Amino acid sequence: MASNDNAGTVSFGKRLSLGLKMIFSGEFAAQAMAALQARESRPRTLAPEQVHASSLLLLNALQREGRLLDFLQQDVAGFSDEQVGAAARVVHTGCRKILQQYFEFEPAAKEAEGAQVDLPKGFDPQRWRLTGNVAGQPPFRGTLRHHGWVARQVRMPALAQTMDPRIIAPAEVELG
Amino acid sequence: MSQFAIGIDLGTTNSALSFYDLTAPAARAWQESILSIPQLSAPGTVEERQLLPSFLYLPSGAEFADGALALPWNKKAGSIIGEFARSHGAKVPTRLVSSAKSWLSHSGADPTSALLPWQAPAEVERLSPVEVSARYLHHLAEAWDDKFARTKATAERGIANQEIILTVPASFDAAARDLTLQAATKAGLNHVTLLEEPQAALYAWLEAAGDTFRKQVKAGDVILVVDVGGGTTDLSLIAVTELAGEVELNRVAVGDHILLGGDNMDLALAHTLNQQLIAEGKKLDSWQFVSLTYGCRNAKELLFSDPKLKKAPISVPSRGSSLVGGTIKTDLTREELTRVLTDGFLPRVGISELPQTSRRTGLTQLALPYAQDPAITRHLAAFLSRQGRAMASAHDAPVDLKGKAFVHPTAILFNGGVFKAAALKERIIEVLDDWLKSDGGAPVKELAGADLDLAVARGAAYYGWVRHGHGVRIRGGTARSYYVGIESPMPAVPGFEPPIKALCVAPFGMEEGTEADVPPQEFALVTGEPTRFRFFASSLRRDDRVGQMLEDAVHHEELEELAPIETSLPAESAGAGKLVPVNLQAALTEVGTLELRCLQKAGAGHWKLELNVRMKGDE
Repeated sequence: MASNDNAGTVSFGKRLSLGLKMIFSGEFAAQAMAALQARESRPRTLAPEQVHASSLLLLNALQREGRLLDFLQQDVAGFSDEQVGAAARVVHTGCRKILQQYFEFEPAAKEAEGAQVDLPKGFDPQRWRLTGNVAGQPPFRGTLRHHGWVARQVRMPALAQTMDPRIIAPAEVELG
Repeated sequence: MSQFAIGIDLGTTNSALSFYDLTAPAARAWQESILSIPQLSAPGTVEERQLLPSFLYLPSGAEFADGALALPWNKKAGSIIGEFARSHGAKVPTRLVSSAKSWLSHSGADPTSALLPWQAPAEVERLSPVEVSARYLHHLAEAWDDKFARTKATAERGIANQEIILTVPASFDAAARDLTLQAATKAGLNHVTLLEEPQAALYAWLEAAGDTFRKQVKAGDVILVVDVGGGTTDLSLIAVTELAGEVELNRVAVGDHILLGGDNMDLALAHTLNQQLIAEGKKLDSWQFVSLTYGCRNAKELLFSDPKLKKAPISVPSRGSSLVGGTIKTDLTREELTRVLTDGFLPRVGISELPQTSRRTGLTQLALPYAQDPAITRHLAAFLSRQGRAMASAHDAPVDLKGKAFVHPTAILFNGGVFKAAALKERIIEVLDDWLKSDGGAPVKELAGADLDLAVARGAAYYGWVRHGHGVRIRGGTARSYYVGIESPMPAVPGFEPPIKALCVAPFGMEEGTEADVPPQEFALVTGEPTRFRFFASSLRRDDRVGQMLEDAVHHEELEELAPIETSLPAESAGAGKLVPVNLQAALTEVGTLELRCLQKAGAGHWKLELNVRMKGDE
């Protein structure tokens, strides 16, 4: 999947040809303008929790299965490593389960960390981050320090329209 | 003709659906055959899973916001089935229905009466085990229709038009099978055939093995299927024979109904660790106990998958938001795992050992009759020994028993998620090989490659394809002989029940779609007033013919009593309390249920007893 030769060249080429079309097709340009205006006007009518409903839903799932919010909202300075470790196992098991259900991840780079990699001219700068002595023009040659992550598949559920996504976890009241 | 054969595994703790396109030119692709089942994972969140946990939660009106329980096919769903039912039910156990399937085979309770949730507060609407099973099936049916028959153009593909193969434990008696069918009918499934789960598991193995199966099993082989589900242990023996050069498979024996499964194992581990936590002064509430049980399952799988690990950590989260500091930590050690699980459930026992039964107190609360001896190996020893004795005395034993103390399996097929732990398979094989060796037999070989969680559903769908003339079919017929209790005439003695004789109405090995007439005798049917029928079955008496009478049915060693029927049969014409002379006829339907018919001797009267609590009077 992740190849370090011409991954970026293709998409760059695509962007060029699309730009050309807009200049030559008045009708397409009008459509694009209308779409852009529609997009600009929409965020004003949607509340932030609606725009980011899926992020809140993800938090909801991570809290439900892995108690992530409980863990991160707590001040852990006064606890022993043993206690933090015990809680971390809950977070790890539960959050991992959710990540496996909702996503499929793979490294952005196939090479092992520490290996030498070559970045050709036109590499995808979103997929490859340059560090260290960055100078000159590609192709580059360097050492892979971190293999990165890419979500190969996303299969998150949607929250029902009637629900308020801001409720990450309900308060629990036990009746006697 | 139906386009699909649909296999449904209606499990005690998980259900699944697999399908086979009967019109496709080639055999199906293995990975495409499981339906993803939409279900609630949290309020307002529907997710798809391959398994539907067989849990039903009955919420109170105030519990959830409007629309929070909506399903793609039902915006106004009022109850919860599946993952969220299970997880939320752990916090509200009184409104949760679990193990409904086990109640279907409960002879002490009426599975058509509203019993569940068993310990619900009075205001909760209770449902019968049959109704609960119907709701699980209905959920699966809706999931199917939502995916395949949502539009008018695809309505033809709706589940009502498809061939359904619904699996039941081999140990289900005629009444429990009939109740399962009743649930399917309630759920809107029309063309239903029942299939025993161990057979379905073997069909799944046959499908996966393809043509190579002839190399792996040969005439003379006896395959033992050990199916340990969440709540039940189901044993079957399938003999491989040859007729005119063609391999045949015959299901020759099934085990008793054992309410003992993988859930018991996780619970046993959780109770062991809970004892230690209590000793340390840490008390878990019921929700934390459930999470300890899940923790034990994970730790168990970790220890079984890595033999070098000495222990696996378990963290039980706090109930409140203070996770750090409130989390209770413990470990499952390998020593505990082996002692509680491997040695507890699969001890090394001799072939002659019998399951231990403790004496019941005079007054027991009506609840599920869980197996009293958790040792699966002991149940297995009893099964092989008893079947060996029964077959040795039968006139045409399907298996060669010359000089053998018990039935010798030559191959073994495991089914059920429990067996993801190779150590448990190895223990059973080790114990079995010891028995075989001491009796002059050869070691058993494992039929590998089964898909432990989904094999039953897959195999059931594959059986639908086999029924259309492909591949090898497993023959069987009834794995029990059936009897009806006849009261013998005797003078009334206070405090003394008249002895009951058992009249054989259906022989062992009766095939689907056949009838058996009981030779004419002087029987009278009580009509027009409340009356009671008693039924018995035997998995050991292979030679009884229809019409044979056994004395003292209630205390007979080889008979087990089934749920009695209490009813009032409609009187034909004359006054109530009439005794109508009848002939008896038994029929095993194509579907796989047993019917007992009472035909009036001098008239058109015709009563049908469907070996469950329901009864019909047809004219």
